[in-house]
Amino acid sequence: MTMFLITAVTVLIFLVIFQIAKASEYVAILKGEERSRKENNKINGFLMVVFLVLGLFGVWYCNKLLFNKTLLAHDAASVEGARVDSMLWVTLAVTGIVFIATQILLFWFSYKYQESETRKSHFFAHSTKLELIWTIIPAITLTILVVIGLRNWFLFTGEPPKNAMVVEVTGKQFGWIFRYPGKDATFGKKYYKQIDNASNSLGIIWDDQLSHDDLVMEQTMYLIKGRPVKLVIGSRDVVHDVGLPHFRMKMDAVPGIPTTLWFTPKYTTKEMKEITGNPDFQYEISCDQMCGNGHYSMKGVIEVLDQEEYDAKMAGMKPYYYSAFPDKDPANAKPAADTAATKIIAKL
Amino acid sequence: MSNEAVLHAPAAAGSLDHGHGEHHEHHHHETFISKYVFSMDHKMIAKQFLITGMVWAVLGGLMSVLFRLQLGYPDSTFPWLEDLLGKWAAGGKISPEAYYALVTTHGTVLVFFVLTAGLSGTFSNFLIPLQIGARDMASPFMNMLSYWFFFAASIVMLSSMFVETGPFSGGWTAYPPLSALGDASPGSKTGMDLWIIAMALFVVSQLLAGLNYISTILNMRTKGMTMTRMPLTMWALFFTAVLGVLSFPVLFSGFILLIFDRNFGTSFYLSDIFINGVGALPNEGGSAILYQHLFWFLGHPEVYIILLPAMGIASEVMSVNARKPIFGYMAMVASMFAIAILAFLVWAHHMFVTGLNPFLGSVFVLLTLLIAVPSAIKVFNWLTTLWRGNIRFTPGMLFAIGFVSLFISGGLTGIWLGNSALDIHLHDTYFVIAHFHIVMGVASMFGMFAGIYHWFPKMYGRFMNNTLAYIHFWVTLAGAYMIFWPMHYQGLAGMPRRYYDYSVWESFKQFAELNQFISLVAMIVFAIQILFLFNFFYSIFKGRKVTTENPWGSNSLEWTTPINPGHGNWVGEIPEVHRWPYDYGKDGKDHITQTTPIGADESHH
Repeated sequence: MTMFLITAVTVLIFLVIFQIAKASEYVAILKGEERSRKENNKINGFLMVVFLVLGLFGVWYCNKLLFNKTLLAHDAASVEGARVDSMLWVTLAVTGIVFIATQILLFWFSYKYQESETRKSHFFAHSTKLELIWTIIPAITLTILVVIGLRNWFLFTGEPPKNAMVVEVTGKQFGWIFRYPGKDATFGKKYYKQIDNASNSLGIIWDDQLSHDDLVMEQTMYLIKGRPVKLVIGSRDVVHDVGLPHFRMKMDAVPGIPTTLWFTPKYTTKEMKEITGNPDFQYEISCDQMCGNGHYSMKGVIEVLDQEEYDAKMAGMKPYYYSAFPDKDPANAKPAADTAATKIIAKL
Repeated sequence: MSNEAVLHAPAAAGSLDHGHGEHHEHHHHETFISKYVFSMDHKMIAKQFLITGMVWAVLGGLMSVLFRLQLGYPDSTFPWLEDLLGKWAAGGKISPEAYYALVTTHGTVLVFFVLTAGLSGTFSNFLIPLQIGARDMASPFMNMLSYWFFFAASIVMLSSMFVETGPFSGGWTAYPPLSALGDASPGSKTGMDLWIIAMALFVVSQLLAGLNYISTILNMRTKGMTMTRMPLTMWALFFTAVLGVLSFPVLFSGFILLIFDRNFGTSFYLSDIFINGVGALPNEGGSAILYQHLFWFLGHPEVYIILLPAMGIASEVMSVNARKPIFGYMAMVASMFAIAILAFLVWAHHMFVTGLNPFLGSVFVLLTLLIAVPSAIKVFNWLTTLWRGNIRFTPGMLFAIGFVSLFISGGLTGIWLGNSALDIHLHDTYFVIAHFHIVMGVASMFGMFAGIYHWFPKMYGRFMNNTLAYIHFWVTLAGAYMIFWPMHYQGLAGMPRRYYDYSVWESFKQFAELNQFISLVAMIVFAIQILFLFNFFYSIFKGRKVTTENPWGSNSLEWTTPINPGHGNWVGEIPEVHRWPYDYGKDGKDHITQTTPIGADESHH
């Protein structure tokens, strides 16, 4: 019913506009087409200034309404992210000045040089000097932006600091799997044909002893405040993307081709709750590459902890090996099974 | 009606070019089929491209309204949606499958069918022979084929919407493995087969058209029409055609490999894949990134294939209505040339976060930001063209000014996204949506509107209604900014593209009201486009008649043809050209047409 009403009203408005439009054409003929054309020209010329003023006001008002809803209202949550923000502000300043200046010129010229009987257009076809000015100035400005950008780019894509911890992130339709290398700080090998959703979601090769202390978890990744982290990113099926808006970082997860990304978390999740004033704050991992019909729900969470909290958390985690082979777990192992396990390991 | 008189008057003056001119004085016996359907007249083919493009624009626009309905009102149900979409909107709520299908088809259709075929197809066909002084294209038959391949592509694309598993739903870029594996997404089954077939037919259409445009411009210019005497529209359409001819085959090769991966068990793009419910696939050693290189090698030039015609049209329309020469003609040509070259060297800026080699990335940053230089030159030249002009705000002129405004707004955010370190943060967020919709979508649409309003009198011998045109312009300009400007802020909040629902995301759910506002404005703007279409079709039959050959007081050649030119364009000899097309306001004269010989006392510029 409401749909019907909306349609009816829309059609009615159309009819009214159409009748006015038609009438204006008849009026034009009665008044003389040239005269009515000139009147319309004045109206449109005036609207150019109106649009300029209202438009600039709109830009200001939009900023007022929305700025606090963006990430820029607070500090970036990573050391590298702060560099992204500062680069963003410089770029905004440059493009903002150009935006305002050129839009004002465009609409002001349109208004000022609207048709008038007293003026003749000025025949001005080219000027090498002017062309050089607006070739060279943008070129220099852009060079500066490129230099700032590339310094950051090579930092972000370069080697992470030596003390960086490493976490492996694997995307799948539609969720994230995280793997920690465990005490030996080395990941065990994996091969995708070993994947088995029930007991081996990453296809870890258990023959590789390095895998036995690897920790695997879904949903939440734990990081340490102030400790750089390198993510080794992969995908099990289609292309995904690890989107970390608060850390200002992002990297695709491509099946068959590992990618990496590193950053240094600056605030714990608890601290961010205070900074943002949002008690429900979470560092969310959003999938930023179209990956299927569940794309919008492919969410992960990062919890940034203090070193002690992190150690306590990790101490409570069991290696994935034990969930695949519960009988090998010393916690619930009978003595007999235990010796069998050591025998197997010894053989390997 | 005086048209007949006008039509035959110059013929009576006699023609020197017997073999050619006489041939065209008398109309062939034309049937309905040969005149309106399988026409080989470039003007009719242009109208076919235009109207097919309009049909697609309405469908593609309607799709955006439907998915905006979901984004703006995620908690509401609309029972009429179920009537319209059936199982895809069970209970009056669009399903995620349908949402992604709508987003994908909206993108594909708008980029290729509307802004490529509808824009460059229409104006290349219509303007090239008229503005360079040729009777028709180099090969009218190939030209006809190009339209019918496009038509076939349209039919196949349309039919993909009615298959049981739904149309393709993996985004218009169709990245594999998602697009290669039907088990990963139902839309990648039959829907994707039809999508690829439609796109392949479309590539054929573009190649036939592009080769024709290039050979026509290079070989069939009338006497005196040197390259540097061509209107800027010609240069723009020439570069557009070159871009298309060189880059569409690469896209096609990408599609061929995709077809092999989909159907014949090859592993060009596939490696190390485990699909839930299917298990591990045998494919190893392929690279999903390879497709992205092949795709964007077209995909980026494609942006300029869309934008260059709009730039050309805006330049021409602006100069005519400012009653002033376009400022810096040679700089305009040079900057378009620079853009055309650079268009081929920046594709990987779409791939900064794919794990691409950082050094390679830095080269692409440099080349990408380099494109801002010719773009800046063009903007300042347009501004100087307006400066001290005597501006007539015809509907075409309004849209040309709007084009420049949007090109500035959208172009400047390109400087953000082209700088890889910033792109890491903004990639695939709403910031990107805002950027490319303003600079490529709406701006090019404005160029197209400028062209339609400006050349409508030449197409149909009538004018469109001005009042409706003014309403159309102001609502669309304000609406476009209201829709896309706030999206920059969503992008600065990190909000990802292509999400069906944001309500579960702590980081992105603060924009519910804004999404509603944007959806509402989108619906109003869509309704106004319907008003434009009404104006267009109504005016074909009932618009004010054009009574003079040259209603805008323009210099270029198309306005020397009869009001309703027949096949062959000029009755009698094709006029000779003596000067460039931008002598407006020279030596105190309002305008001097290209066919006027240089006077003895004329000043040099």
